[in-house]
Amino acid sequence: MWSFSNIANLVHEVLAEHFNPAITLAIEMVIAGVSVIGLFAILGLVLVIMERKVSAWMQIRLGPNRVGPKGMLQSLADTLKLIVKEGMTPNGADKLLFNLAPFIAMIVAMLLMAPIAFAKDLQMWDLNIGILYVSALSSVTVISILMAGWSSNNKFSLLGAMRSGAQIVSYELSAGLSALAIVVLTGSLQISEIITSQANGWWIFKGHIPAIIAFVTFIIAVTAETNRAPFDLAEAESELTAGFHTEYSGMKFALFFLAEYVNVFIMCSIAATLFFGGWMPLHIGNWHKFNHVMDFIPSSIWFFGKTFFLIFVIMWFRWTFPRLRIDQLLDLEWKYLLPITMFNLLLVTAVAILGWHF
Amino acid sequence: MLNEALKQKVSELLPTTAFDEGGEWLNINIEATDWPAFAQHLRNDGSLFFDYLFCLTCVDWKTHLTMVYHLSSTKHRHNMVIKIKLDRDKPEIETASGIWRTAEFHEREVFEMFGVNFINHPDLRLLILPDGWEGKNPLRKDFEDPVNMIKL
Amino acid sequence: MYRETEILTRANQSTAHESEDSGDLVINVGPQHPATHGVLHLVITLNGETIKNVEPHLGYIHRSIEKMCESLTYRQFIYVTSRMDYLSAHINNQACALCVEKGLQVEVPQRAQVIRVLMAELTRIASHELWWGAMAMDLGAFTPFFHAFRERETINDIMEETCGARLTMNYMVPGGVMMDIHPHFQQRVKDFIQLYRKKIHEYDELVTGNIIFQNRMKGVGILSAEDAISYGCSGPVARGSGASCDTRKYYPYDAYNKVQFDEVLETGGDSFARYLVRVREMQQSINIIEQLIDNIPEGDFQAKTKAVLKLPKGEFYQRAETARGELGVYIISEGGTTPYRIKFRSPGFSNLSVLGHIARGCKIGDLIAMMGTLDLVIPDIDR
Repeated sequence: MWSFSNIANLVHEVLAEHFNPAITLAIEMVIAGVSVIGLFAILGLVLVIMERKVSAWMQIRLGPNRVGPKGMLQSLADTLKLIVKEGMTPNGADKLLFNLAPFIAMIVAMLLMAPIAFAKDLQMWDLNIGILYVSALSSVTVISILMAGWSSNNKFSLLGAMRSGAQIVSYELSAGLSALAIVVLTGSLQISEIITSQANGWWIFKGHIPAIIAFVTFIIAVTAETNRAPFDLAEAESELTAGFHTEYSGMKFALFFLAEYVNVFIMCSIAATLFFGGWMPLHIGNWHKFNHVMDFIPSSIWFFGKTFFLIFVIMWFRWTFPRLRIDQLLDLEWKYLLPITMFNLLLVTAVAILGWHF
Repeated sequence: MLNEALKQKVSELLPTTAFDEGGEWLNINIEATDWPAFAQHLRNDGSLFFDYLFCLTCVDWKTHLTMVYHLSSTKHRHNMVIKIKLDRDKPEIETASGIWRTAEFHEREVFEMFGVNFINHPDLRLLILPDGWEGKNPLRKDFEDPVNMIKL
Repeated sequence: MYRETEILTRANQSTAHESEDSGDLVINVGPQHPATHGVLHLVITLNGETIKNVEPHLGYIHRSIEKMCESLTYRQFIYVTSRMDYLSAHINNQACALCVEKGLQVEVPQRAQVIRVLMAELTRIASHELWWGAMAMDLGAFTPFFHAFRERETINDIMEETCGARLTMNYMVPGGVMMDIHPHFQQRVKDFIQLYRKKIHEYDELVTGNIIFQNRMKGVGILSAEDAISYGCSGPVARGSGASCDTRKYYPYDAYNKVQFDEVLETGGDSFARYLVRVREMQQSINIIEQLIDNIPEGDFQAKTKAVLKLPKGEFYQRAETARGELGVYIISEGGTTPYRIKFRSPGFSNLSVLGHIARGCKIGDLIAMMGTLDLVIPDIDR
């Protein structure tokens, strides 16, 4: 059976035949970079149309249905419109920061793609501190939001940025602690090892109650970290018009918008990796025949299926719940989620030491 | 309380009052100088207890202005209309906003539309009209605006 | 929070019209802002996220309806009033028609009275449906808006069939209604009631019982009964505070004295109480419609009136209960064909005046929720 590692090796061999090692490495880097940019754009388009269709379905309406078959090309048309739109910079804005902020948001989202295993052997950078890397980089997003809000010279933007600062910094803790629960069970921060440790069952099934608690808190924290409703206080359009990106237009706005969706994708893929085994098919203990049947489904379908299911859940939240207030938001984190995740970490450590998991 | 009883009660309070009983409710005409004390009575007297000022407006009669207060009691469910004649050139009356809070907004509206000056009003500024309309009183009968008004 | 305030203070220094030392942030909410549902302009003073002061600036959609009416005849001016509180256009028309009838001393036929009440109650439901959706949207939930519109659309279709319009109906005229009801009217109203009874529990499941929603609404924007009366509040805003003020009960007009319904009262005085009052009022309106829909008396739909109406010299005041509260129409006639002066006591104007009082000390998100529960319609406030 062919796999992504075969393809990668083939490409590498072909390149190595014709060029010297340095140029080969350079060309491979360019290929990786282009694929990331391509994936970034495609994910953005797919997620936007998905969000619009999901919301339309929940709101008993049709959603976009004019451009392309069933309106599937609508987000492409929107992107074209945003590209040709004039990107305005307000007079009183800090021009450097104002123009830099959307690019930081985008770069962070792209960097976060590096350690994700999209399928078996399809991973750009399997670094040994994968989870730590994701956790650390995802908090850099807040810098771009703060920059955007501060430099816009708009009070709504500033309020939105301040809210988002308080929010992301606090929910970072819960997200990190929930992810740590699985790290404790696996004993490794490396994404590939976390996935292979689930070869005989996903952690959400193997890890008993602590894993389920960790999953729930992780999803809540991730929704908050990516500024999605019901935690979209940074944008809160009925309160702050558009929050931190009130003054942005054209492609600069689109970059924020895309970065938000790609962040959602990344966070959901991390959740899928930690709790649902990433690309690992559904395996149950030593039911070898069942496991073998499951292996026939390609690993990329397993990965994207799990990730998109989680994305759908997060969209479901958005179109169902009202928004929290800023003090309730912080209460939820500091008074409920953080103690729960900390206690859960203790619990999971006990489970790991005593070997109570499967 | 019925109109007759109200009438008796009011004439006890203010013997100089002129009554006018054409309409549905008791109409009483009083002087602007009597208003503050009389309003306090209307609000605080247990048997009158007019706690709900549901309409406050002004009418331009070309010779004078008339302030019209429609009062109601949520306890006794009786109504009364109070009318106060004001000088058209220098309309001044004590504010009722200390007694009925709703008067604060309604008096600001009357101030800009009719130019009535409410003494001791906490915040007498334009509410509806934009800046630059001070002194022009659109709801007065002699107001002319050649640009925005279409005469039929 | 303290660090936030410091940073906000720095941002303040760039803007001219703010106090230099207090560290307050002055924000203009509106006139173009998604939460004001129209062109309301609020100047709010903030300390961090906490509101210190709210000051409404009105007049962006002031059309001077009172002045216009002075040059319109008694038949014409009713149509202008549809544009005041456009969500209760029927009830505005009804109040004006009743006031003119009071002056003319015309007896309205029974059939017309019942049709008027039916239309007014349908209007009330439509208005509350829109409020329900818009208020959920203020709180950040978009989906209820579309669900509310599904039912509201049915009412609009019923209106369109009989009145020929969906929003500004102009159906009430002095002496009765403009034309008889459509032959399908009764059946379609019954269908609507069935649909509504099937869907109402969705409202509770989606919004009323939601924990986030309840946390956002309970204990927020508390208005005592005394304050509600003193500020001249009426309608669901006053009834949410326990101040009984239903004009349909205390000063019944048209066929309201022939139907059984309860005045919905809540004692909480907070945003949630105001919310519950409106949701339960829809139920009461359905009850009223159910009592009348099969009992529309036969007869004329309009009393015989002269082509040109002349009111006798005098003053006439008529109250009516719109979806937002008590609407007063005050006509001063000098005996001509046009009113000498006309005053509309709009419920929204008084209800808005309370906003500054209840919003003090709350968060921005609460202010938006409160504006939602006050159910402000800006053309009604500005007139």
